[in-house]
Amino acid sequence: MGNLISMRQMKVHQRGVVKKINASGEMGRRLREMGIVPGVVITIQGRAPLKDPVAIKVRDTVLTLRNNEADYILVETE
Amino acid sequence: MSEKRRIKVALSGNPNSGKSTLFNALTGARQHIANYPGVTVEKKSGFITHRGYEIELVDLPGTYSLSAYSVEEQVARNFVIEEGPDIVVEVVDASNLERNLYLFVQFLELGCPLILALNMMDMAKARGIHIEVERLSQYLGVRVVPMTARAGEGIGELLDAIVQEAGKELRESYKQISYGRDVDNALAQMEALLKNAEKIPAKYPRRWLALKFLEGDSIVSELLKGDGEIFERIRAISAHLTAHTMDTLGEDPESVIVDQRYGFIASVVRHCVRREIENRLNLSDRIDRVLTNRLIGPIFMLFVLYALYLIIFWVSESPVSWFETAFGFLRQKAQEHIHTQILRSLVTSGVIDGVGAIMGYMPLIFFMFGAIAVLEDSGYMARIAYMMDRLMRFFGLHGSSVIALIVSGGISGGCAVPGILATRTLKDNRERLATALVTPFMNCGGKLPVYAIIIAVFFPESRARILFFLTLFSWFVALFSARLLRGVLLRGPKSPFIMELPPYRLPTLRGLLIHSWERTWLYMKRAGTLILAFSILFWAGLSFPTLSDSERMRFENLRKAEIEKIQPQLGDSEPYPQKVDRQIKEALSKIDEEEAASALKASFLGRIGVWLEGVTVHLGFDYKLNLALISGAFAKEMIVSTLGTAYSMEVQSVKAYSIEDRLKADPKWNPAFAFLVLIFITTYIPCIPTVLTIASELSYRWALLSVLFNLSFTVLFCMLLKKGMELFGLL
Repeated sequence: MGNLISMRQMKVHQRGVVKKINASGEMGRRLREMGIVPGVVITIQGRAPLKDPVAIKVRDTVLTLRNNEADYILVETE
Repeated sequence: MSEKRRIKVALSGNPNSGKSTLFNALTGARQHIANYPGVTVEKKSGFITHRGYEIELVDLPGTYSLSAYSVEEQVARNFVIEEGPDIVVEVVDASNLERNLYLFVQFLELGCPLILALNMMDMAKARGIHIEVERLSQYLGVRVVPMTARAGEGIGELLDAIVQEAGKELRESYKQISYGRDVDNALAQMEALLKNAEKIPAKYPRRWLALKFLEGDSIVSELLKGDGEIFERIRAISAHLTAHTMDTLGEDPESVIVDQRYGFIASVVRHCVRREIENRLNLSDRIDRVLTNRLIGPIFMLFVLYALYLIIFWVSESPVSWFETAFGFLRQKAQEHIHTQILRSLVTSGVIDGVGAIMGYMPLIFFMFGAIAVLEDSGYMARIAYMMDRLMRFFGLHGSSVIALIVSGGISGGCAVPGILATRTLKDNRERLATALVTPFMNCGGKLPVYAIIIAVFFPESRARILFFLTLFSWFVALFSARLLRGVLLRGPKSPFIMELPPYRLPTLRGLLIHSWERTWLYMKRAGTLILAFSILFWAGLSFPTLSDSERMRFENLRKAEIEKIQPQLGDSEPYPQKVDRQIKEALSKIDEEEAASALKASFLGRIGVWLEGVTVHLGFDYKLNLALISGAFAKEMIVSTLGTAYSMEVQSVKAYSIEDRLKADPKWNPAFAFLVLIFITTYIPCIPTVLTIASELSYRWALLSVLFNLSFTVLFCMLLKKGMELFGLL
């Protein structure tokens, strides 16, 4: 059992499993539609030059989201 | 089937699934572009004949989902419901199957006849992904056609499948994905109720309506209100379900449904897809490690943008001059063949010069679109947005706003017209408006020659420094205006930045050409028609009312006097010696110029210029400068030439001819005043082509606001600047 942290706190190249998405409405839906659902494995690909947004790999897609959007996503890391 | 020879096909798919490539491969250049009714979403369609069938292919907007949240998604689902295409071809990226199938599942839910086009098989193979096509077809209940549209592989098979599958109903069992027992039960109850709801049009599948209602779909909810009694009962079922799922799962039904869709997809993928290598860093990921690196990334980006901009202007230089030559030739022909003076003036100054000034932009716009297409199709555009987003967000804009600002002249030289068109990539309407409205502040190619002349006269020692300052100033004004707009008129949440960084791909030449051409054509159709009207209007404003007869007589007499003054020196011997001939010509052209100048002052726009002195006196601008600035509203390049014409009024007092010398000789023009004028020109007004583009892309209201905002800001700012200069004794 790893520890549960928000996606913002993850380091570059770190992997984890999405446990919970604390957003509803448009934000929650957009996150889910792009494949960020509980149980999915994500890897932090990198961060933009100003540390925000963050690029993550989900399934076979690279997605970008802002740190304040990453806050909604709780991840279990190894 | 045999009697029906026409098939209507809708092409759907995620952005970056290769849908456009497939559409282009299927239809070639025979495309028709319009907008979907009532919205500014582009609708492309084309006709193909295959095995005796006429196939009408409609390209639905690229979306990730079919929710009510974005216009594109509404358009896509409305098309399927309202138009009932014979078949929907869902294009998916085989190398990214899981995420791509999410949209497919929502078409299953709509229950329309479907084919799955499994595109980019080459990429999947390269990444070690094996897909069992037959088994996938069994699991999904539809025909699956593996293909690589870029290489033209599988196109024929897809067309065969379209002809065979068109109009075939989906088997009932495949339309019903399970969303877990609780949701399924609620759905069944709601569906039963809706079957009796006769007030709700039959074209909407009942189970789909129920599903969308559970997902909190605002449009479906409005629709169901049409039957008040049933709506109440459905709402009760939904509320009950929500309470239950929140209690047991901690999630609302909307989330549960999405999770279950992905659950369904995961099980399909588990059975049909085999990976040789797990989670290897692919080529695209490795390129990104360099190109979005914290240090190398921004430097490379600046390099790319600058290079792109240099290339655009370098490539379009010759075509622009061809257009100039062509219009010059037309102008000359018109001069020779039209003998009525007023008609000649209308055709040459009104129509040919006006349309020519705009047509001159055409190659520039074409290549600008080409460059944008390269950035988009290669996948680099998304990286620029990703890297710039943090900075732009501070000003209430979006990472992608940078592209529009640079195209408009962010590195100085550019054009706001393609810049505004480039804002189409922005999905959030407020962010798009804010970006489009500040593009006219950028230093476009039209302002540059004006700057060049003024700077050359008053700041010969520091040309580069002043130009650099003006570039910084334009960014400063643009970004802070954007912040202001977003804080006052365009208040609203920042749009989510959840965006895909698509794999890097080499753009295809065919795709680029089609892309740039169709956008250029659309621009020509929209702006072109109005531009002709405006250029005639502007010509009339400068030509009417004409000089009074007595004034014209006065100039006629002056001419006669001039000739008589020179003529006696030669007696009657013809032909004139060359020197005298030249003298007469010079003297006459001087008078011509004076006449033109007084005609200008007497014209409608000239009078406005004089009248405006009431306001501009606070800036120190006289009617000549006013008139020049008014003409700059048509095209900024004209500021210099109009100023030249207006100054010929005072030709008697000044021996010199060139506009540079005239400005130097005017006591009012010192470096401080010149600086004030430069600042004024940078921001004062969007030119008419820009205003028309804002009007056609956004609305007339916004176009009007853009003019008023820029003008009032600039006048106020320059008044303050002038006061400051006076305080320091500079003016």
